[in-house]
Amino acid sequence: MAADSVRFELVSPEKLLLAVDAEMVVVPGEAGDFGVLPGHSPLISTIRNGVIEVTVNGAVTERIFVAGGFAEVANDKLTVLAEEATPVSKLDRAKVEAALKDAREDFEDAKDDHAKARANARVEKYTAMLEAAA
Amino acid sequence: MPSLKSLRVRINSVKSTQKITKAMKMVAASKLRRAQEAAEAARPYAERMASIMASLSAAQTGSDTAPKLMIGTGKDQVHLLIVATAERGLCGAFNSSIVKLARRKVEELTAAGKTVKILCVGKKGRDQLRRDHASKIIDTVDLSKAKRVGFAEAQEIADRALAMFEAGEFDVAHVFYNNFKSVISQVPTVQQIIPAMVAGGDTAVAGPDLNGAIYEFEPDEETILDQLLPRNLSMQIYRALLENAASEQGARMSAMDNATRNAGEMIKKLTTVYNRSRQAQITKELIEIISGAEAV
Repeated sequence: MAADSVRFELVSPEKLLLAVDAEMVVVPGEAGDFGVLPGHSPLISTIRNGVIEVTVNGAVTERIFVAGGFAEVANDKLTVLAEEATPVSKLDRAKVEAALKDAREDFEDAKDDHAKARANARVEKYTAMLEAAA
Repeated sequence: MPSLKSLRVRINSVKSTQKITKAMKMVAASKLRRAQEAAEAARPYAERMASIMASLSAAQTGSDTAPKLMIGTGKDQVHLLIVATAERGLCGAFNSSIVKLARRKVEELTAAGKTVKILCVGKKGRDQLRRDHASKIIDTVDLSKAKRVGFAEAQEIADRALAMFEAGEFDVAHVFYNNFKSVISQVPTVQQIIPAMVAGGDTAVAGPDLNGAIYEFEPDEETILDQLLPRNLSMQIYRALLENAASEQGARMSAMDNATRNAGEMIKKLTTVYNRSRQAQITKELIEIISGAEAV
């Protein structure tokens, strides 16, 4: 029953960001990147900070940076739940660098473990973002 | 009998009040539309999350190692009540109906010998609850600076609740909000958020039909649940805030509509009184002139 495309949906809490039929979608899973093609077996995975690549007609049409979330594959349908998602083309290097610096400073200033963990998460996020923007 | 001048002043003041309530109604109507759109936009995420939760919990049933957020601490001694209200008044019974519900729950719990902690979201609820439950209020989240409730605000509240939960400061958490049914009907609702309610209720969604296949989990169920449950918590708080925002505008809209109508009635009544006393005065003056002329 394998169709020739995967229905890809990217949802954030605030809205449905993207819904396309794709040939292949590469998702940055927690345990390594994985490509979703039609006929993929059902899977639920967490996502690390990274870039989702959507391939339509043999070419990568969308590159979207996501900061963590979940992916669910079932019946030729891929759903990605992400709290934050930005198309790579819209990432601004200078802004990301400034945010990274800011986060690093917060990490230095953090007093308790909780604040430290939060600042660290931000540092990791912006580092990944910077890599994606490069 | 009030003088003609004072009647005129009153009519004018009611008229300007009516103008204000009419404008507030229009503003509430347009804000309501936006709030409804936001609630609508959040639905896909909530649905998908519920379906992942359903698939996961189906795989998890029977396991004793399920995270505490899902199965609870095994006690129900300390209750946290998150009471979401508005930052502003003039919206009918909106705030007081939530507070009434929360108050009933507080009384019920204290009667059963439980400890109650209250986290207020929004100024109005705090003001009303402070009267008789001041000692139970642990904090208030101020949303007046946020123009629209975003996911970030909900996450902040969830983070706070999570930190408290991890520190063992409470066992069960409920959130109070108004569920938006329609412009004229908002239902005050209480929802248990910790431990997470997976089965039952209208939020339970069955996972997709896999034709007998089984989900693979990466890295594994527990790690995913560990990450999913806090997000699910933020999402439920976010949903409550969105419902509340829509309800607030709906309640304000109908309250202001009523106020405008009442002002209209009042103007009508006052105008009748005004015209009557004006005519009475003219008649009186005429009688005085005629009787004066006859006496000559």
